[in-house]
Order: sequence, then structure tokens, then C-alpha cells
Amino acid sequence: MAHNIVIPTKDKLFNLSEFFSFTKGNILTAFILGGGLIITFIRFTQGIGSVTNLSDVQPWGMWIGFDLLCGVSLAAGGYFTTVACYVMGMKHFHSAVRPAVTTAFLGYAFVVVALLYDLGHWWRLPYMFFFPGTTSVLFEVGLCVATYLTVLFVEFSVAPCEWLAAKFPILLKWRTLVNRSTIILTIFGVTLSTLHQSSLGSLYLIAPRKLYPLWYSPFLPMFFFVSSMAAGGSMVIFEGMLAHKSVHHYMDATHLKEADELVFSFSKAVSFILFAYFMIKLIDMLVQDNISYLCSGYGALWFLEIFGFVLLPAFLYAKGSRDRNLRLCRFAAANTVAGIVFNRFNISMIAYNYDLPSAERYFPSIWEIWISCFVVTLIVTVYRFIVYHMPVLYEHPNFQDAH
Amino acid sequence: MNRRKFLAILGSAGVASALGTSKVAKAGGGTHTWPYYENSYGILHDTTRCIGCRNCEEGCNKVNNLPKPDNPFNDLSVMNKSRRMTPTAWTVVNKYELDGKPVFRKSQCFHCNDPACASACFAKCFQKQPNGSVTYDDSQCVGCRYCMIACPFYVPSFEYDDAWDPRVVKCTFCELRLKEGKLPGCVESCPMDALTFGRRADLIKVARARIKDNPDKYTDYIYGEWDAGGTAWMVLAPIAPDVADKKHSRIETGHEFKELGLDTHLGNRPMGELTYGALGAVPMIVAFWPVLFGGAYAISKRREAIHMAETEAIVRETKEDVVNAMDAAVRKIAETQGPGAADAACQAMADAMKTREEACAHCGHHGEDK
Repeated sequence: MAHNIVIPTKDKLFNLSEFFSFTKGNILTAFILGGGLIITFIRFTQGIGSVTNLSDVQPWGMWIGFDLLCGVSLAAGGYFTTVACYVMGMKHFHSAVRPAVTTAFLGYAFVVVALLYDLGHWWRLPYMFFFPGTTSVLFEVGLCVATYLTVLFVEFSVAPCEWLAAKFPILLKWRTLVNRSTIILTIFGVTLSTLHQSSLGSLYLIAPRKLYPLWYSPFLPMFFFVSSMAAGGSMVIFEGMLAHKSVHHYMDATHLKEADELVFSFSKAVSFILFAYFMIKLIDMLVQDNISYLCSGYGALWFLEIFGFVLLPAFLYAKGSRDRNLRLCRFAAANTVAGIVFNRFNISMIAYNYDLPSAERYFPSIWEIWISCFVVTLIVTVYRFIVYHMPVLYEHPNFQDAH
Repeated sequence: MNRRKFLAILGSAGVASALGTSKVAKAGGGTHTWPYYENSYGILHDTTRCIGCRNCEEGCNKVNNLPKPDNPFNDLSVMNKSRRMTPTAWTVVNKYELDGKPVFRKSQCFHCNDPACASACFAKCFQKQPNGSVTYDDSQCVGCRYCMIACPFYVPSFEYDDAWDPRVVKCTFCELRLKEGKLPGCVESCPMDALTFGRRADLIKVARARIKDNPDKYTDYIYGEWDAGGTAWMVLAPIAPDVADKKHSRIETGHEFKELGLDTHLGNRPMGELTYGALGAVPMIVAFWPVLFGGAYAISKRREAIHMAETEAIVRETKEDVVNAMDAAVRKIAETQGPGAADAACQAMADAMKTREEACAHCGHHGEDK
């Protein structure tokens, strides 16, 4: 093996030294987590109003717009990669599956954590199963996210199993069972993802007069689903770029060898998806007769979103994959990810309540933004823990037969 | 097994929502009223009669035992600013200007025939009652506030400052008082008869009669008769003088309602129906996606198998070719140079093949790894 990867053994299961060195990253992590804990305490003892700028006209703000809407779309890398590898038969991307499933699982798990901050009676979250409001889009979202989180947990569970197998050999049975159900889990996962990714868009169907016409559309569910595919592919590239910078020393030769080819292949796919997304957005704008809305501040925002964050990355991806230009592909990925965030912000906050006087409009409080950063930092920290301990970026020497 | 069970659960949820959709569609077809609640109550708010005295606010405050506000109810200066309902003020009166003249309108829950909040709630907290009120049961509320997103009138408010039991709060139509045979607090305290309580169907007739009798006083529209699928509370607006003059060439009907802060573009269907198309697609996706992706999996598997078989056939043929060629060469050597030389050539060729095969095996393993 080209790299000296620290692989935990039976006697030394933990490898926490990385967390206790005084690097810039660790200090920043401690700062954000420390502040976040204080805000968490205030939120859960003084109420939502004590830390947020939410109001009766803007009941959903940063915590829904970023943590839920962006969190779920950006965790789409899980279904995107598993479908590419297992269903479409791109076996040569096998080394990308575990990192993608890991980040997707963490993404969804922390969407639920972040959601608890936003719920008035957070301990009643399971009530939706006892009093199912089947006419509610939110019920569908909740049911699918809960089920998909379970699927992701099962898919992800092989990594901790391999980590702990030396100490608890019983876990090997579970691992075998999961490996045998791979294709079923994958198909189940993509079905659930289609449903809830699109349903996040359906949430806003009920409020046609609150969302600016350029963003409101009966096709919102389709837009959310198609853009989630682009988000999924781009996040795999984007996360890969960050991982290469920070946890390169936990990647084995196979991972490194396959990584670049994966970037070019996904770039090509996402380029097509973004072109398709651009077309459906354009046609939707035309058939809804929204041209008159283009000559406004919101029209400018819409142009920026559609051209700067959909069409531009589509071209960059196409050029990057044709020229095999890794940097260009990565730039396009960052561009797409920013575009997804921009789009979800537009729908949930910027173009929402557009008709209200500016005094009643919403801008997130610093504490809301801090909690969102806190959740992202938690994800990164748990991801680091997993990468330091479990075979995610490398193949465990005892389980070389994994595929 | 596992998957089938999951799908069954999902499927039943989807079917349930689809059934819900068809039921609603049937109920809504043709008539706008909730057919089972024909005798439900409503209130007609005649803004031409309202003087903005805030007695209704006080009445509401009293009968619902809400905390006293900082400014007394007879302080009319609060109307200089636009106000909205809060957890402790379930109804508020606002002042609007219509062609220079002040018009007052009372806001509260409209108690829709088919409420958006009830459609949006994922824990079934809201209920349209046979008496016309839309009630909220806080005991199972999760606090997601999707009802507030859904409500086209921005009615529900939320107790953001309560950490332990924050509830959604809105006008209850004094549901408990209705059951006791009493009028809602606001109606009881109105000195101008600007709020008329009655059966919704009767109120529509009353409103029509008022418009017919005073065509120069009222805008010819009953807000809430059809808006957002129809509401229990309905509003009459004064006609703006300029429109009254050129009544025969009316350009924008109902612009008065817009001036009064009422949205006249909500459509005449319940807001919840906007989501039923998307929800109805759920069972289709649950049924179709596994087949689609299962098929894609089968195709890619098959393609892989064919590719393997083809590669094997090519390798086998090449091998046979090589063996035949070598046989021919050895025979030729035996013919021309004798059996000794042939043996030596045979040995050399076998060695070469062995080395090549080893190299190939290594290369093959390499390829597989990829």
C-alpha cells in the first residue's frame, strides 16, 4: 500500500489523536461547537423566539431553508452514487460508494438533529406516525426521510462493522446480510429519494401567493428532484475535493486511482442533468407566462440563478470532462452546490413573502446562522471520526473481497 | 421480505392519500360548500358599517380570558400602524384607506370550508367542525408551523417565546360558546351590527340582498363565498366612488378588497388541492420506480455477462490459433530438421507461453481490481 493508513486493531480501537492537535481546523471546530452548545442551551430553555428572527408571517427561516432543504438535496450523493455503481453497473466507481453513503447518512441524520431545533414540540416528532395527516406533503416528507435514513444507516453500517469486527465478530453476520441486500437497498433508496426530494418542492405548492411567480410552479416537485440529482453528483465531486485536501492520508491506492475518473464521469452526467434542468426551468417560465416578471429585482435574481448557477456550471462541466480538466470540474461542482443553496434560499426566504412590506420581511439572526454552521461542523467532525476509524476511504485489509 | 413490508406500508400511505384526494374532489365537485356541513355557521363582516371602535377586540379578549394588552382597547391610536393577530390577540381591526376615506376591517381566522391548515398538518391537529369552526388541538401539535406556511390569510400565530409548550394560536370561532348556544365574543360586543352571525347559506343571501338594495354602497362581491374554496367568515366592502360612477365600465372588479388587504387571487378551490396532484403521484412512483431500476439493473447485469462471455470466446479462439500455429511450426521443424530440433523448439515455445500467461494473469488481476 502506497500510504501508511492507521488501521485500528483489536487492542487499539481508537485513533483520536487527530482531534487533539492544535491545528487551525481543530481550534475553529472547538470555537463553533462551543458557541453552538451555548445557543442550543438557550434555544431549548428559552424558546425558539429567543434566538431566531422567525415571525408569524415567516414561520420557516434559515433552519428549514438551509438545514432541511439544502441538507437533504446536498445529501443526494448517496442515491446518485449507489445507483451509478450498482444499478447502472459502473463497478469501477466502487471506491466512491462508501464515502458517498457515509456523507449522505450523516447529512440526513443531522437534518433530523437540526429539525429538532426548529420544532416547537420537538419530542413529539414521532406523533406523525400516530396521527398521520395523509393529506399533508410534510407527512410524506417525514415518512420518506425516516425510512430513507434507516436505509442509509443499514447501507452505512458495514463500515463500523468492519471497524469493530475484530472485537465483536458477531457483526460479520450483519455485514454479510447487508452486502447481500445491496441491490434491494439501492433500489429502495432511490425510490424513497425520488419521493422526498420532490416532496420538499411540493411543500410550497400550497402557498402560491406567497412565493414569487418566477419560483412558484406546479412543477416545483420535479425541479427539486432534478436539481437534487445535480446536487448529488456535484457534492460527491465537491466532498472529494475537500477530502483530498484534509484526509488524503486515509485514502488507499484504489481510491486515489479511481477518484479522477469518477470526477470526469460524474461531471459528464451532471452536465446533462443541469442542461435538462435549465430547459425545464426555461419552458416553465414561458408556459406560465412569467416573462413580465423578469423585469424586476427578482427577475435579475432569477437570471443570475438560471444562467450563473445552472447553465454556467453545465458548460464548465461539459468542458471539464471533455478536456479532462480536474480543476475545472471541481470548480463547476462548487458552482453547482452554491447554485442549489441559492435556489433553496430563494424559495424559502428571499422570494418568499415577496409581497410583504420590507419591515415584515425576514433576515436570519446571527444565532440561527451559527446553529446552521454548528450542524455543518458537527457533520464534519463526525465524518472525520468515521474516516479516522472505519474503512471508508480505504479497503480494510481483512475485507479485500468486499466486491 | 423487509423491502416488501416497507413498500406495503408506503403503498398504503400513498393509497390513503389518493383516497383522501378523490373524496375531497367528489365533495368539491360542483358545489363549494362542505356538503356534510350544509348548516354550518358563518359570520358576515360588513366593513361599510364598521367604525373601528375595537369593541370586538375587547369582547374577544374577555370571553377567551386573554391577558390584558398594554394599551387599553379604547386607545384608537394603535390603528395608525398595521397590526396582525398574535398569540394574545386573536382578532385585530385595521384601518385602510379607500379613496381617501378610512375603512376598517377586522381580521381573524376565516374558518375555511376546506382549510389549508388542516390539509397541511401532518399530525391532524386541525379539524373543520360541523358547526363551521376550524378547531386546533394542541395536544398532538409537533410545532412544525407548516399550517402557517399553508394559510393563505397569514392567520395562525405561534408562541415563539414558550420553550416548553409553544402552541399555534388562532381564533376559535368561540367554538365552546357556540356549543352553549352563545354568540362569539366579538359579534356580541359589536355596537354597529357590522358582524352578522348565522348559517353560512343564509348569510350569503343576506349579503346579496344588501348589495342589491345598495348598489352604490357595496362592491358587488362577497369575499369568502368562493375564495380559497369558500370561508365561514365573509366580508363585504364599500364601493370606491370612482368605480361607482362608471359602474358600467368597471375595469378591475374587487380592487376594493385588495385595498382592504384581502387577496382576491386565491382562486375558488381549496388551497390543499394544489398539493394533491403531487401526493397522488406517490403510489405511482412507489410502484414504477422499483420496476424501472430493477430493469436497469437487469440490463446492466446482462450486458456484463455478455461482455464476459465474448471476452472469453475471443481469448479461447486466440489461444486455439496460437496452439494450431505452434503445432504447424513444430511439425515443419520435425520434417525439415528432425525430431531433436522439434523437441527443443517445443520446449522453448512452451516456456514462452508460460511466461506470457503469467504476465497476462497479472495484468488480468490488475484489470479486475479496477
